[in-house]
Amino acid sequence: MSATGDELKGYRGRARARLAELGVRVWSRVKLTNDAGSVFEGVILPRSETFDDLHIVIKMVNGYNVGVHVDRVTEVEELGWKEAVYKIPEKEFPVRPNLPKVTLLGTGGTIASRLDYRTGAVIPAFTPGELYGAVPELADICNLTTRKLFGVFSENMARDNYIALALAIGEEIAAGVDGIVIGHGTDTMGHTAAVLSFMVQDSPVPIVLVGSQRSSDRPSSDAALNLIHAVRTAAYGDIAEVMIAMFGPTSDRYGLLHRGTRCRKMHSSYRSTFRTVGDIPLATVSRDSFTYLSKDYRRRDKSRQVRVDPVYDERTTILYYYPGMHPDLVDALVEKGYHGIVIAGTGLGHVNKPLYPALKRAIEQGVHVVMAVQTLWGYAQMYVYDTGRDLLDIGIVPLDNMLPETALMKLSWVLAHTRDHAEVARMMTTPIAHEITPREPHNGYLIMQGGLPEIEEWIKTHWK
Amino acid sequence: MEPRLDYAEAGLIVGLEVHQQLLTAHKMFCRCPARRYTTTHDGEVLRHMRPTLSELGEYDGTALMEFKTKKNIIYLLNESNVCTYEMDDTPPFLVNQEAVDIAIEQCLMLGCDIVDEVHIARKQYLDGSIPTGFQRTAIVGVNGRLPFAGRTLSIIQVSVEEDSCREVSDEGHLIVWRTDRLGMPLIETVTGPDLHTPDEVAAAILLIGRVCRSTGHVRVGIGASRQDVNVSVRGGHRVEIKGVPKAGWAPGLVHGEAWRQLNLLKLRAELHRRGFTEPGSIAVSHTDVTDLFVASEQPFVRREGWERFVAEGKRRPGLELGNGPFRVWAARLHRLAGTLSWPTQPDHFFASELAGRIRVIAGLDQRPILLHSEKWPDHRGALAELRKVRQRLGCEADDAVVVVWGPEDDVNTAVNEVQLRYEDAVRGVPAETRQPFPDGSTDFERILPGPDRMYPDTDSPPTRVTRDRVERLLAGLAEPPWVREARYAAAGVPGAVSHYLIRRGGANLVDRLVAETGADLRFTCFFVGEKLKYLRRCSVAVETISYEHWRELFQLFTTNPVLAEAWAQIVRLMAASPLASVASLLAEEGLGAAPPAWTERIEPLVEALGAGGYSTEHGAKVRLAMGGLMAELRGRVPAGEVRAAIEAALGGAR
Repeated sequence: MSATGDELKGYRGRARARLAELGVRVWSRVKLTNDAGSVFEGVILPRSETFDDLHIVIKMVNGYNVGVHVDRVTEVEELGWKEAVYKIPEKEFPVRPNLPKVTLLGTGGTIASRLDYRTGAVIPAFTPGELYGAVPELADICNLTTRKLFGVFSENMARDNYIALALAIGEEIAAGVDGIVIGHGTDTMGHTAAVLSFMVQDSPVPIVLVGSQRSSDRPSSDAALNLIHAVRTAAYGDIAEVMIAMFGPTSDRYGLLHRGTRCRKMHSSYRSTFRTVGDIPLATVSRDSFTYLSKDYRRRDKSRQVRVDPVYDERTTILYYYPGMHPDLVDALVEKGYHGIVIAGTGLGHVNKPLYPALKRAIEQGVHVVMAVQTLWGYAQMYVYDTGRDLLDIGIVPLDNMLPETALMKLSWVLAHTRDHAEVARMMTTPIAHEITPREPHNGYLIMQGGLPEIEEWIKTHWK
Repeated sequence: MEPRLDYAEAGLIVGLEVHQQLLTAHKMFCRCPARRYTTTHDGEVLRHMRPTLSELGEYDGTALMEFKTKKNIIYLLNESNVCTYEMDDTPPFLVNQEAVDIAIEQCLMLGCDIVDEVHIARKQYLDGSIPTGFQRTAIVGVNGRLPFAGRTLSIIQVSVEEDSCREVSDEGHLIVWRTDRLGMPLIETVTGPDLHTPDEVAAAILLIGRVCRSTGHVRVGIGASRQDVNVSVRGGHRVEIKGVPKAGWAPGLVHGEAWRQLNLLKLRAELHRRGFTEPGSIAVSHTDVTDLFVASEQPFVRREGWERFVAEGKRRPGLELGNGPFRVWAARLHRLAGTLSWPTQPDHFFASELAGRIRVIAGLDQRPILLHSEKWPDHRGALAELRKVRQRLGCEADDAVVVVWGPEDDVNTAVNEVQLRYEDAVRGVPAETRQPFPDGSTDFERILPGPDRMYPDTDSPPTRVTRDRVERLLAGLAEPPWVREARYAAAGVPGAVSHYLIRRGGANLVDRLVAETGADLRFTCFFVGEKLKYLRRCSVAVETISYEHWRELFQLFTTNPVLAEAWAQIVRLMAASPLASVASLLAEEGLGAAPPAWTERIEPLVEALGAGGYSTEHGAKVRLAMGGLMAELRGRVPAGEVRAAIEAALGGAR
């Protein structure tokens, strides 16, 4: 380890100076005595840089961590030094020729991981060997190959990542895999699923995004079961579309397969956070079975030729309308050179009157403005009220029941093909992957309300 | 305690982990109300636990065992006492600082050094008792000491942590937990291994209990304090007896565990003598004997018996019920004859060590859990069955036999556990957590977890404990129990009353009343420690009376001592109308003032006594007259005054 400071990793200011003075460093096994005569025996851990510069963190022999104030340290005896090495032992993933071939593409985050007990650091498990060690059930499902494309948190996913991901999917399909799983952070999983639905069309095999809501270093994690569900779906599922496979209920029971263009993260932390909006999910998946809920999907067919169309225009945005919004926001977007704006409008697709001139100017200057609804459920039906009709006259394109985030992803993809107003409008309103559906089933909108006797009765008798 | 045992010779060492719930308004990591227990639920969640691997690619022993049990876990939810945090569907909120404050107070009273920066750790539990799979816990103080029986009891550490769920049922592969208690803040006080006799253990539990209660900020009542008792003998191993609810249970449990460990050490010597010096030398083979028991007179080993057991318990496939068809398996324990009936705890044998493991790990809980060759039912059909089993296994005379039954996957696990338990026996005393019973016996609960199951909680930032905060808490700290006991003793209060007041929290009321009203300390101690206890037992709702009203009462006692004689009547009135002022209640009842012309009633009463042919003995007459009058005059006229008036009247009539 270099002398440039890594051996005092994370320690700043006074704590750093004191450690240097005491002649000990991170990973030193020490017997530290304070001014009250208390003895702390354990390992000096690295410190988070966001914490203060007054304490030394020790992992004690009994497993607990404590912070000792630097001014109270009277004596330190170094008993040894051993750097923690974050390495996961690999077990060779068994090859079984009769099982389907599945490729897992990694984008970041940790679908599977192990824990360094000394430090609490989470070590991602990613190679087939590592994954086999963490989730051995996978070997009974398929022959697994993994490719790490990048290591980013899902909020940092952007244009280049989407393009690289689409290209990698194309390559894997060309190489003849039976299904693809994409490990992804959950925050923007819906965005990625949507954009891939446009970039990768006519896939012969399932493309399944998966993640976890409780990280895999916890015994109660949903990660292993989600991964098993996703890998099963890729290996044996009949739906050759871009999907999200995540917990159905919060109980450990089954996963839901959501269509990539119709799915949204609806809770910041629940396991059952992903919900299909405006339709029913495609299927349920458990450890040993699928139940197809929808008949309307593209079936697995390895003879089908995939079309990979990985283009993306980043100069697009969502304007989430609110009462009293000032028109200069729209002007600013035009001035900054944005090519496309998705408005998440109120109700059936509305904004206030003061915005009209600004929107008109924007469209005249070649900016493409489309309308989705911030209610998430339901259609933009702008012909119903005067407001909507005025906006249609200005040239705003209504997107029916396309979700706002899906609309943003699609607009970015479309604008990389054409900037012609009529063509953009045609492409945006022509569904590719059910991002617009002609009919909304009555069971496509179900937000049950607790407290009602019939709902309470249901909750009592079903695992949440 | 039988059998007798020389604890010093046995090298008995005991340490305690005392758990005490804190008196906070809210839970430790969420905003749910604390200690609002319920017996009903309005939602359920089904979960499983999966062990996480350490960096060495190895599972913690406990974790592995608990994964092997393949438990389905159901959590019962009640909207009034849990939120999505307890369901593990929301990360923790910032730690409840009220709980940290109380933990610091506790540490100060235990003479601990307060940690400068408190770090929340996760302690893994895969039995489902906590839905996350770990308990959030943090050390607040270290290096404390207490005066104990003329010497010092060392306190290794005090941690503040969240309480776990309450178990509702555990049948086969399904365990059901109620989540109301989950997340309640508690402190765990860990003593050094300084205790050497069973009686010392009970005394130390009571002492720490009094320390906890002296802060005035802990909960009392059933389950508010529980202790884990760590026991070992020389050559044995630390065994944790978990969740001992009362100090009174401890001596029997410690004695029994010491006895068990000594016997297990003798068994080890016997196994070594037979040449089993390495765990690998234990040989257990098995075979399917289902067919030998189809017509057995022991109903539980027959398929119909098992099916009835399953039907009566409403055991559901995939939940309570294990996988596979019903099977009876027999295990041949090569050259281990005589070891199944080896004594362990008083009145227990080694076979029950096997049964404990099988019940917990294989999930086979139909009594008697196993049959074995050293306590086989002795009716004639049964003995013939044993002969057939031995024949089928190819047993030699010095082999022992164990028979288990149930779903195939589970009997497989069970036979494997028999092998593993014998391997442990070759090593000596296995590191276990054991469950206590009131009769002083224990049963296997799980493998004792090691420090490998601890890791930092990445969801929670550390809390800096400033010197200012410690000084502030120190300034407001209640007296430690030994100081208070000495003060009360000096005032003539017996030890039992002092202990009761400290344990039940009445001591703080006593000291406050004495300080604020100038009441007599001894009187106040007896009032709160004895008289109120009596009324509480008579179901008087003493706890509904506010401090302000107690103070008013004691002020009245000081200004008008006659009222103290009517304490029971007054407290009953106060409890019945907890909102009314004491003065108004007294006025309503006419208490505190002598009724007009009360002395005029004495003469006729005394005359009636003389004429009635009652006892002529002077004292008896006085008592009779007092009894008649005091019912009316108590709290109005001092008893001494009434007596004097009666004496005077009797004297005149003589």
